[in-house]
Amino acid sequence: MHELSITQTVVTTVTQRMQDARVCRIRLEVGRLSGLVPDAVRFCFEMVAAGTTCEGAALEIDEPPGRAVCRTCGAAFETGEVLPLCDDCGSADVEVQGGRELRIREVEVV
Amino acid sequence: MCATCGCSDDAGVRVTDLSEEHRHGHGHGHPHRAPVRAEPDTRTVALEVDLLAKNDDLAGRNRRWLADRGVIALNLMSSPGSGKTTLLTRTIRDLGDEVRCAVLEGDQETLIDAQRIGATGARVVQINTGAGCHLDADMVAEGLHALAPEPGSLLFVENVGNLVCPALFDLGEAGRVVIMSVTEGADKPLKYPHMFRTADLMLVNKVDLLPYVDFDVADCVSYARRANPAVEVLEISATRGDGLDAWYDWLRHHRGRLRD
Repeated sequence: MHELSITQTVVTTVTQRMQDARVCRIRLEVGRLSGLVPDAVRFCFEMVAAGTTCEGAALEIDEPPGRAVCRTCGAAFETGEVLPLCDDCGSADVEVQGGRELRIREVEVV
Repeated sequence: MCATCGCSDDAGVRVTDLSEEHRHGHGHGHPHRAPVRAEPDTRTVALEVDLLAKNDDLAGRNRRWLADRGVIALNLMSSPGSGKTTLLTRTIRDLGDEVRCAVLEGDQETLIDAQRIGATGARVVQINTGAGCHLDADMVAEGLHALAPEPGSLLFVENVGNLVCPALFDLGEAGRVVIMSVTEGADKPLKYPHMFRTADLMLVNKVDLLPYVDFDVADCVSYARRANPAVEVLEISATRGDGLDAWYDWLRHHRGRLRD
C-alpha cells in the first residue's frame, strides 16, 4: 500500500508549504498509468490528515489518461494500459508519453 | 475557482475572494442557485510539487554518498519467496575475496534474513519496515549510515518482497534487478509491469524445478521485453548453481562500468 506513504507526502508537503493556514482543498494529479490508486489515496487521506492543518480538506484528484505513440505506424492514442498495444496496427512497440503524472497541483487555504 | 460551479483556469497563483465572486461575470452562463458558502476568504496556491520529488532528492543524495565511496548499489526486487536471500548468500560466498559485498536487508519483520547473510561474514544491516511495504530512500540513507559499507564494495539492497510498491521508489541504486522464480506465473511481467519496466536485469530463478512446473521461460522473457525491451535476462538456479557464472560476470561487468 504505497498510497499510504504517498498520501503522507501530500500532507507533509502541504502543511510545510502552507505553514499555519488551514487547508480547505487539495488538488492532486494522479495519472492513470502512475501506479497509484486514487481510491486508496482517498481512503488514506482522512486518517493521515487528522490533527493537521489539512484535516477536513476536500481532496480532488485529476486522473489524466495514458497517452501513447506507436513506433511502428506512428498512431497517437489514449490508453489505460501500462503496456498498451497500438489501437491501429496492434504493435506492442509503443512509447507511453503521458499518464504517469503524480503531482500536487494546487491547494486552497483560508 | 468559482465556488458554485468549480470553473477555473489552471495558471499560477489565483486569489479567490468569494465575497467578490458574483459581482463580475466570468465568461459563461449558468444558473447560480446555490448560496455562496459562508467560508472566510480563501486563496488558491499553485504548488506543482512532484509527489516523488522528496524521495528522488534523498535517492540522489544516497547516489552521491555511494559514488563518493566507490560503492555500487543494486536494488533487488521480487515477490516473497523468489529466492533473493538464497541467491545473495551463495553470491557472497562464491565471490569470496574477489568482491567485498555488503547487504541492506528489507523485510517487514524479523532479523532472519540478516542473520542468514551475516553467517557469510558480509556486513549486513536489517531494515524492518513494520507496516511498510517497500524501502524508500530515507530508510536506505539510515541503513547506509549504520552499515558503513567499505569503499569499493558491492552493495545489495534486498527490497521488501513485493512486486508492486518498491517499483516507484528510487533508492539511489546504480542498477535494478528483478528476480522471478519458475514456481510463479510466467505472466508476472504483464501483471506487474511497473516493476519490470524499470529493471536492468531479470533473473529467472529456480530453473532446476522446470521439469516439475508449468512455466514457459520464452513466454516469460517475451512478456518482460514487452514491459521493457532493453531488459537483460539470465536463467539461474541459486541452489544448484545453473547460470551463476553469467550472473557473476554481469556483476563484474556492471561494477566495472559503473565505477568508470
